[in-house]
Amino acid sequence: MSTSDITVDQVVLSARNIAKSFGAVQALKGVNFDIHRGQVTTLFGENGAGKSTLMKILSGVQLPSSGELLLNGVPVHIGSTVEARELGISIIHQELSLAPNMTVRDNVFMGREIMGPMGVNFAEEERQCRALMQELEEDIDPLALVEDLRLGQQQIVEIARALSVNSNILIMDEPTSALSAAEVEVLFKVIHDLKAKGVSIVYISHHLEEALTISDHAVVLRDGQMTAYAPRADIDLDWIVRNMVGENFDLGTPPQTRFGPPALVISNLSVPMASGTGLAVDQLDLTVHKGEIVCIYGLMGAGRTELMECAAGRISPSAGDVRLNDRSVAQMSIAQRIDAGLVLVPEDRQRDGLVQTMTVGRNLSLASIRRFTRGLFTHLGAERQIIDASIKEVTVKTDGPGAPIGSLSGGNQQKVVIGKMLVTHPDVILLDEPSRGIDIGAKAEVFRILAQHAAQGMAVVYSTSEVGECLSIAHRILVMRRGKIVAQFTHDTTKEAIMAASGESLVA
Amino acid sequence: MTDTTTSHSGAKPQRSFNIAQMLLEGRAFFALIAIILVFSYLSPNYATVSNFLIMSNHVAIFGLLAIGMLLVILNGGIDLSVGSVLGLTGVFSGYLMQGVQLEGAGVILYPPVWVVIVLTLALGAFVGFCNGVLIAWFKVPAFVATLGSLYVARGVALLMTNGLTYNNLSGDALLGNTGFDWLGFNRIAGVPVGVIVLVIVALLAAILLMRTAFGRWLYASGGNERAAELSGVPVKRVQITVYMLSGLCAAIAGLVLSSQLTSAGPTAGTTYELTAIAAVVVGGASMMGGRGTVQGTLLGAFVIGFLSDGLVIVGVSSYWQTVFTGAVIVLAVMLNSIQYGGKGARR
Ligand SMILES: Nc1ncnc2c1ncn2[C@@H]1O[C@H](COP(=O)(O)OP(=O)(O)OP(=O)(O)O)[C@@H](O)[C@H]1O
Ligand SMILES: [Mg+2]
Repeated sequence: MSTSDITVDQVVLSARNIAKSFGAVQALKGVNFDIHRGQVTTLFGENGAGKSTLMKILSGVQLPSSGELLLNGVPVHIGSTVEARELGISIIHQELSLAPNMTVRDNVFMGREIMGPMGVNFAEEERQCRALMQELEEDIDPLALVEDLRLGQQQIVEIARALSVNSNILIMDEPTSALSAAEVEVLFKVIHDLKAKGVSIVYISHHLEEALTISDHAVVLRDGQMTAYAPRADIDLDWIVRNMVGENFDLGTPPQTRFGPPALVISNLSVPMASGTGLAVDQLDLTVHKGEIVCIYGLMGAGRTELMECAAGRISPSAGDVRLNDRSVAQMSIAQRIDAGLVLVPEDRQRDGLVQTMTVGRNLSLASIRRFTRGLFTHLGAERQIIDASIKEVTVKTDGPGAPIGSLSGGNQQKVVIGKMLVTHPDVILLDEPSRGIDIGAKAEVFRILAQHAAQGMAVVYSTSEVGECLSIAHRILVMRRGKIVAQFTHDTTKEAIMAASGESLVA
Repeated sequence: MTDTTTSHSGAKPQRSFNIAQMLLEGRAFFALIAIILVFSYLSPNYATVSNFLIMSNHVAIFGLLAIGMLLVILNGGIDLSVGSVLGLTGVFSGYLMQGVQLEGAGVILYPPVWVVIVLTLALGAFVGFCNGVLIAWFKVPAFVATLGSLYVARGVALLMTNGLTYNNLSGDALLGNTGFDWLGFNRIAGVPVGVIVLVIVALLAAILLMRTAFGRWLYASGGNERAAELSGVPVKRVQITVYMLSGLCAAIAGLVLSSQLTSAGPTAGTTYELTAIAAVVVGGASMMGGRGTVQGTLLGAFVIGFLSDGLVIVGVSSYWQTVFTGAVIVLAVMLNSIQYGGKGARR
């Protein structure tokens, strides 16, 4: 908010009257949008508001149905991502677009390989890649395979790729959804440096407070239309929320219920690291009662994902036991655990949550197939009931159950993954970063749904990297660090205490 | 194996006319009509009932293999062994029909036809089971595992016969094992039994895919194995079953073929796996898994069968036939990628 006062406010790229429809869905209805030189324009809006669509149009991924783009005042046609790159525009996609079977280095330079006399100059690529990782303060080996990286690290690779282009306009569509607070801080430092170099940035995030700290201009999209615009000086959190969803949402409070007997008992659980050496989860004990909501906070790599995947049966422990309703589930398959009432909502929805070739409805009913099978055959009416109930419960914004899953906005896809598991009526639900990519309205809704189920006796365990989410519906907040639970809090603690226990400093 | 990242290029709008959309989606059907029209025009012998029956008999063999192949491809795999399994099961049924000599007792056993059929089907399923176990439990890539069994099955068939052919499969009334040729020769209401078998298998497969939990599991694990597994789909069991069903289909085809020929040679069915794959692809299934239907595959089998028989009838050299078939396959794959690239499905 300082640079705008000194330099003349200059618009580098502006979108005029952009409309875009996908069949019957009108994703954008005549949007005007300006990007200012050397400044950060943040774009806010609910899930499905059209943010990603607008960004895809600016970066040449999609063509608008109507409207025009002006680059430095001159009309331009951006027909492909390559053309966009030549005009100095690059984008970090909301859904990762990396080749999992290739190395970090190859992904960073994909399509722009550095050529030497002997073909690709791998040494130079590796050097630049290392430098980028250093700038991002990440310890990622350029020669590691992307599929071996954690989700957060993959996101870093995606960011590194966009940074390596040296573009004038950098679009970031939810770049931090899988990053820890410390990593976000580093990214913000990088953004400040880029601004100083005159790079213009568009930033999209559902972490509103976080996004506010770097905005120079804020734009709010709602239902495909721009509903509000203001420079940073004129806005605050309330303004954004008001314009986004119309009223103020809070993330709820722990439901006042009496806990039942223990539903999930994890004792002395150890899980080896995927890389082989060391333990991702280290002799961990955890008991969750019926009706209780537990939040697990921790940095990336603290072992939260491994803990949950092990409890759900995806990976096997090296020691310890998991008991559900006083029955050991150690010998059970994932399917048996789901039937017994223990389900997991995975962290990475594209890789582990959704079947991209199936419709919204079939994704929603996937975990409950047995419930609508009568004898040998599936009962379509019964399935339809399950799907409709689920769409209503988690309020998925969709054309209908027959729509392809890829046509949903990111947040709505996330709701499908959660809805699919809730509709199995579990006793214990584990959610790994359930709020990844969903707007505050939806987040509040998800938490409300979870609280409601907890009040009816469901045990809920969710992990988060956003401290704000710890102090919402959770009765108990656990901090995980290097595979162990290092601290335990109740609802009346402070963000500072939680963050201190996790070993990270406070974001400014 | 699963594609963990998504591409954003696939979200182009499909703003074409409805007619173009319809042509694209029903392309195998329209291709079949076009083939029939063109050849009827070129040759008076093409569009006759007897020729259609002959061609359908050919299609039955490929169609049966293709339905098994479809299940495997829906799972994201491939089964290269079906041609060899067809040969092996044909020879095996021939071997049983000739009588099994029991070394110790010095008697020759002539199993009745139904026993022959059951044992032959079991053999096909067993080969498929071996494929499935190799792929699901030992993580051998499907291409390699089934390439291996392609060779092994063919080798065993040659060993069993010493390279010769079992010629007399009609059985003997005295021995009570007649009726084997019924599958290949008889007609019910004018329709060859082989075609009826194909229709029944296709119906069963369609019901399996559309109306059973297994079908749903298959589509899900073919589309995204990791997500399916986390949703409680027994992905390994599905994978093994799929290869068993493919082996079973190949065995049925083997029975029909050796019954049609009343002889069983060890080289029967060589390269048929490629025709089966072609039929599945022409029928609109995606080689990546998760997309495809039985109707499409059947149409694909008819397109390929009617095309190559038509070329024979109008006297095109067999070299050109090969070229045409290849061109049809490439065209089909191209259209598939247009269809699946444009549906807003982010691959
Ligand atoms: N390829 C597509 N086909 C059909 N509809 C689409 C497609 N892409 C987006 N849409 C629709 O356009 C609307 C806007 O989607 P978009 O992805 O831009 O939302 P968003 O604001 O980025 O939401 P989120 O915060 O959830 O990421 C949604 O209703 C979505 O369903
Ligand atoms: Mg989006």
